[in-house]
Amino acid sequence: MASQIKRGVSLYSFQNETFQGKMDLEDCIRTCAELGARGIEIIGEQSFWGWPEVGVAQADVDNWHRLIAKYECVPVSHDYMLDYKRYKDRPMPFDEQVASVRKDIDFGAALGMPFIRSLVSIAPEVLVAAAPYAEEKGIKLLTEVHAPLHFDHPWIIRMAEAFQKSGSPALGFLPDMGMFLKHYPRVWSAKFRRLGVPDRIADYIEKAYDERILSEYVILEVQQMGGTGPAIAMAEVMRHNAAFEPRRMLDYMPMIHNIHGKFYEMDADYYEPSIPYDEIVAVLNRGGYNGYICSEYEGNRWIEDAEEPDSVEQVRRQQVMLAKLLGESEVPALKAAA
Amino acid sequence: MMDKLMIVEDSLENVDGGFAFLGRLPYYRGLGLSMVEDIQITVDGEAIARDDVRFTVRGNTYTLDQMETVYDDRWNFGEKATITALKPGGLTPGKHTLEFAVRNRISYLPFVPTTKCVKDLALAA
Repeated sequence: MASQIKRGVSLYSFQNETFQGKMDLEDCIRTCAELGARGIEIIGEQSFWGWPEVGVAQADVDNWHRLIAKYECVPVSHDYMLDYKRYKDRPMPFDEQVASVRKDIDFGAALGMPFIRSLVSIAPEVLVAAAPYAEEKGIKLLTEVHAPLHFDHPWIIRMAEAFQKSGSPALGFLPDMGMFLKHYPRVWSAKFRRLGVPDRIADYIEKAYDERILSEYVILEVQQMGGTGPAIAMAEVMRHNAAFEPRRMLDYMPMIHNIHGKFYEMDADYYEPSIPYDEIVAVLNRGGYNGYICSEYEGNRWIEDAEEPDSVEQVRRQQVMLAKLLGESEVPALKAAA
Repeated sequence: MMDKLMIVEDSLENVDGGFAFLGRLPYYRGLGLSMVEDIQITVDGEAIARDDVRFTVRGNTYTLDQMETVYDDRWNFGEKATITALKPGGLTPGKHTLEFAVRNRISYLPFVPTTKCVKDLALAA
């Protein structure tokens, strides 16, 4: 049976190109459409200059709708930030945080988004307080469950309890697949080796990761091997990343409405060496998930010191992989440049 | 991230009272100006004092101390800000080594990141 899961892209994936002005919003949306990834997710303040402090011109919002219609795409999520450290000398008051979320609800609604993404550090009480307004606007607030957090972490459990207690259908989760990091990513290892980590230490860390050795033991071992600076940093990565179990999503399936298809590298054989997408898609199918998986390419920052990232090619490869895993008969392809 | 892209190539110039170049925020999004904690400029090994740095976007110019309480303006994603260093006489023509570091207060990060870019830029005679 064909999967009910749909394909999308977070335009975060193209950040290296958009930062430099090599791609604009239309280039991004056209690329996604050509690949059959109709769901479009954005970080509002990346795709729209001015948001949130200065505001966004209506003409820019109109342009967004024009592009979505032109390329027959679907708005999926506006990822908002809520900068609660805006004031250097004081925390942002609770009511102001809630008001800030309401502002992002309005922006998400103006863009036709069904979801807006909340960072995992935003307190559940703030989200619960903003939920009635979200319901009114037809928006769901999805907290991004992202490494080092995961579905068995007390913070996430506390959040789920607060969401359930509120009874609001507007509160849910958006898991980032980077928390299911099966192997130490090759692009991370290669970067640390370029920074001077000796092969014997880098090889040890990769092997220790595969053996699931506790990060603290690995850090000590690296110190005893004579590792300093970047070698310690390469081991410390294990404090923030781990191979959590994709099936832990099943307990929360009714609350999961969008997925970040995080990836660090797609090889020429359409394979992500560090994140087990075959297992992930199987779990999501089993759980009856019928939302989007949005590509989120994050290898850029790990290779940019050595080579210019080719985000479009990386996203294309992941979309080919996803289409195959979802049982689609057509292979996603970019149109040849005119 | 974006470390290598912070200093815009070929942007170094002398201006009234000093020199200036175009700088971009090393981040995947923009940032409200109150969260830019510091901008450090070093040219040929000489550090520019914090009070001698000016930041300009879309015609608005701020000192770094002023920026700390600016809540209605931002440094957008990929936006080229004019970074001015007050230095009487500016720079001599020819090649200069420019260091540009930015420290940001990021709400969700458990540390305060500083990102630095070093580039050799030529100043036209």
